[in-house]
Amino acid sequence: MIAEPNIELAVEDLCVRAGDVLLVDRASLRLRSGELAVMLGPNGAGKTSLLRAALGLMAPASGTVRLQGGLLSSLTPTERARQISYLPQQRPLVWPSPVRDIVSLGRFAWGCAPGRLAEEDRRAVEGALAACDLLDLADRAADTLSGGELARVHCARAFATGAQLLLVDEPVTSLDPRRRFQIMELIRSQVRAGVGAFVVLHDVALAARFADRLIWMKNGRIVADGPPSATLSEERLADVYGMRCRIEGVRVEMVAPL
Amino acid sequence: MNFRSLLIPLLAAGSVLALFGALLLGSTPMAPERVLAALFGLADAADSTVVWQVRLPRALAAFVVGLALGGSGAALQGLLRNPLAEPGVLGVSASAALGATFVLYYGFAAPSAWLLPTAAVAGAVLATLLIAAAAIRTSSVVTLILIGVGLSSFAGATMSLLMNLAPTPFSLFDMINWMLGSVANRSFPDVAFSAPFITAGLAVLFWGRRGLAALGLGEEAAAGIGLNVRRQRLLVVAGAGLATGGAVALAGTIGFVGIVAPHLVRPLVNHDPARSLLPSALLAGLMLVLADIGVRVLPTNTELKLGVVAALVGAPAFVWIAMRRRTVNPGAD
Repeated sequence: MIAEPNIELAVEDLCVRAGDVLLVDRASLRLRSGELAVMLGPNGAGKTSLLRAALGLMAPASGTVRLQGGLLSSLTPTERARQISYLPQQRPLVWPSPVRDIVSLGRFAWGCAPGRLAEEDRRAVEGALAACDLLDLADRAADTLSGGELARVHCARAFATGAQLLLVDEPVTSLDPRRRFQIMELIRSQVRAGVGAFVVLHDVALAARFADRLIWMKNGRIVADGPPSATLSEERLADVYGMRCRIEGVRVEMVAPL
Repeated sequence: MNFRSLLIPLLAAGSVLALFGALLLGSTPMAPERVLAALFGLADAADSTVVWQVRLPRALAAFVVGLALGGSGAALQGLLRNPLAEPGVLGVSASAALGATFVLYYGFAAPSAWLLPTAAVAGAVLATLLIAAAAIRTSSVVTLILIGVGLSSFAGATMSLLMNLAPTPFSLFDMINWMLGSVANRSFPDVAFSAPFITAGLAVLFWGRRGLAALGLGEEAAAGIGLNVRRQRLLVVAGAGLATGGAVALAGTIGFVGIVAPHLVRPLVNHDPARSLLPSALLAGLMLVLADIGVRVLPTNTELKLGVVAALVGAPAFVWIAMRRRTVNPGAD
């Protein structure tokens, strides 16, 4: 079940359209295992569209996505899901299922279903529950959990897959500062274990604190891609967000809109 | 062994008992030994006619109709991620009845026994396709239910029109029977004509049940964990359309059992739509067999129609479920 080490997802000249509107404009980037990349940009910059197209959930107008050199589109949904775990922005749980069942769905691509786990799947699920500090909540129904607990459940679901790449869209929106840190710590711990994480965030300070690499997006284009030390600047924030800021090291203070 | 692992055996045993009970009870109750003797061909002609020609096909018809509606209800609820989804609410049953009504109106039922079930299935599949097409465009389940209400109204209006223009009182009577829903006077050939549709539909639903669990995360995350959402939608639509069409061809429209049975089963299977499929089908079958026994033994001048009883019990249950409903996180639909 161990996915290939040093996996690489390469996005090349990707364009995504919705009708006449160009949502993503010739985006190229590479994601590798063992790295925490954070994508920043204002609402409507095309972050989610880029993420979805990179996953093959949205057909690009042009450009290619390759996983380990092979075209991603040639993989079946199951083959892709075993290698790339995805945590979308919208996470509507419909049924008040127990936490363990929700996390078990992370093993869906390995052919199992909640209540029907092979030994290896069970280990992965228990491991993810433990990693996200959910063992005490494993039998609780989802509709009895707080927002912060639910966020951890979704993370555990994504981790349980055991994929080498993790694509996460706004995991901390609507969480308090302490829960935000907690979730980013969880993702960081996965990266330490060799996973490559690609996280969309709106919290620039949090991104600067956790990211190995920042990818800046504006109007459908990637305008900068590099470590925080090289790409985080007052000018960048003014350009991308239209905000006047003060930056000291990785500390970011938003002052006022320009 | 806990109660959950016993759920399916218990329901199966209950169904067998209820089916046997349906053979005992009726306008003239029969003792168990007489029924058993008739079942194994050791009784006189009168007893064996009552058991083999009247009671057994009727009870089996009620059971398979329940299987089809309960299974379809559970699967549609999983697909649309809403506990109020059901073939009846979504207009699938009414559209199937419309198909059957057309055949009855034009008097096609007599020349070919296959035509009526085929027309009912065609009506059901057409309606399910419409709902599925709408489901691709909108994520709002309320919209889908409203489309179902519209479909039901349209099918109802067209059936009223056909009844209005009915060529003979006999065809009018036939059509009214479809609309009310009943398994009275069903024969083994009637059951046999619908059985392939119901079996195929349920087999498709059962085969694709794992994806229903994945859809509990929402379509986006379900696609992320490797579910082919489009294929899943197609499977459920085809399966529910086939099964519901077969059920309506056999018994006319019987509503709400497809909501009530899965609703009772869900808490016993961790709210997993995949695991609720088989128990929901069995429970709905059991419920309809019991309801039909009730219809037969109630001392009324005219026998009550099964569909009428199901709606009298089911519609208030529908309202109750809708009022108690809560979502796990707001904005889920």
